[in-house]
Amino acid sequence: MSLSRMLVKSFTLTIAVIASGPAAADFGKLLATGGLTSVEGSGGGGLVPWATLSSYAEEGQWGGTVAYNYANVEDYELGVSALTLNYDNRWEFSYARQQFDLVSLGGELKQDIYGVKYHLYGDLVYGQEPQLSIGLQHKRNKTFALPEAVGARDDSGTDVYFSAAKAWLDGPWHRTWLVNLTLRATKANEMGLLGFGGDRNDSYKLQAEASVGMFVNRHWIVGVEYRQKPSNLSFAEEHDWHDVFIGWFPNKRVAVALAYTNLKSIAGADNQTGMYGSIQVTF
Amino acid sequence: MMLRTAILALGLLMTPLAQADKGSLYQELGEYEGISKLMETFILEIAEDDRIIHHFENVDIDRFHKMLTEHICELSAGPCEYTGKPMPEVHLGMNITRAEFNALVEDLIQAMESEQIPVSAQNRLLAILAAMHKEVIHL
Repeated sequence: MSLSRMLVKSFTLTIAVIASGPAAADFGKLLATGGLTSVEGSGGGGLVPWATLSSYAEEGQWGGTVAYNYANVEDYELGVSALTLNYDNRWEFSYARQQFDLVSLGGELKQDIYGVKYHLYGDLVYGQEPQLSIGLQHKRNKTFALPEAVGARDDSGTDVYFSAAKAWLDGPWHRTWLVNLTLRATKANEMGLLGFGGDRNDSYKLQAEASVGMFVNRHWIVGVEYRQKPSNLSFAEEHDWHDVFIGWFPNKRVAVALAYTNLKSIAGADNQTGMYGSIQVTF
Repeated sequence: MMLRTAILALGLLMTPLAQADKGSLYQELGEYEGISKLMETFILEIAEDDRIIHHFENVDIDRFHKMLTEHICELSAGPCEYTGKPMPEVHLGMNITRAEFNALVEDLIQAMESEQIPVSAQNRLLAILAAMHKEVIHL
């Protein structure tokens, strides 16, 4: 498994979209304002769901995306297949299937994530106010033996998040900047892959997440992300995540991101650094 | 190692920033002549844009070009005075959607790319024009 599998997946996605023909959405939003698909399927960056809605659907339009994300760190691999639908640039619905391979230990963890996001107020690009959105991510483990063995309380859980995003067209160095802040209430252990709640804590915790990026030009963005995480299980300390990313938006059909990510220690295995790749096709 | 490569790549991408800020926006756009040329290219982009061309059916192109040039000249702090009607009055009753406004922005970006206007100047102009969105959309 690896790059070749990712390429095959992306290729399949691309074919699927091309086959679906030109009778698609109207792509009414500006380039890159649909963002990418995050690891949990919601429109966002890589680790953080953003207040922006996926695809280029504007008022009164439909849009959607399919995406594949892949992370390869020291002892683990994560593959995420996701699809999203956007109506009116107001509602975003998403579905993601995560598979987490325990390369060193053997075995795998799987979960499905059903997401909905509602754009409450404001606009990413126009006006002074930020774009504000609220969202839910309902997560269901498909493999619970390991999470249960290490002390997780539930095999399903629902995250609630509130995000604010703003793009400054003429920011520092006369470049366009994007900032997104997200507050999430969650009981998930390692995004939910290790279940929900635990022996150390079984209540919702409020976590902060942030992404900051600068568009070098219309097509390239560089940035950083940070995601705070709770630590509910006593068997191993859970750590915050961060990454440094480069995103490429060659046109409104395709978006690609590459990141160097630091997931620190996961389930007791230290130094989980590595690469993250994401490809998204919009229709 | 990976991190070093990432930082190096980031550094290379940011090199053009060194030449970013110089002179007034009016100068960066090539003064009156540059703006006039840019607006000509912009109008040609609009003319080929099926998403919005219907809004321009009865427009006097020469006057439109002159008004646009004057307006951008004034907005970029050049020595001009916009002599056209106020923006809300121009767009009243046109019921321009957000998607159509974005299409117009994309045509302008395309025109600026064609005229090889640096990204820094593009962003300065776009920020000024984006602030006028309320005087254009849904009127």
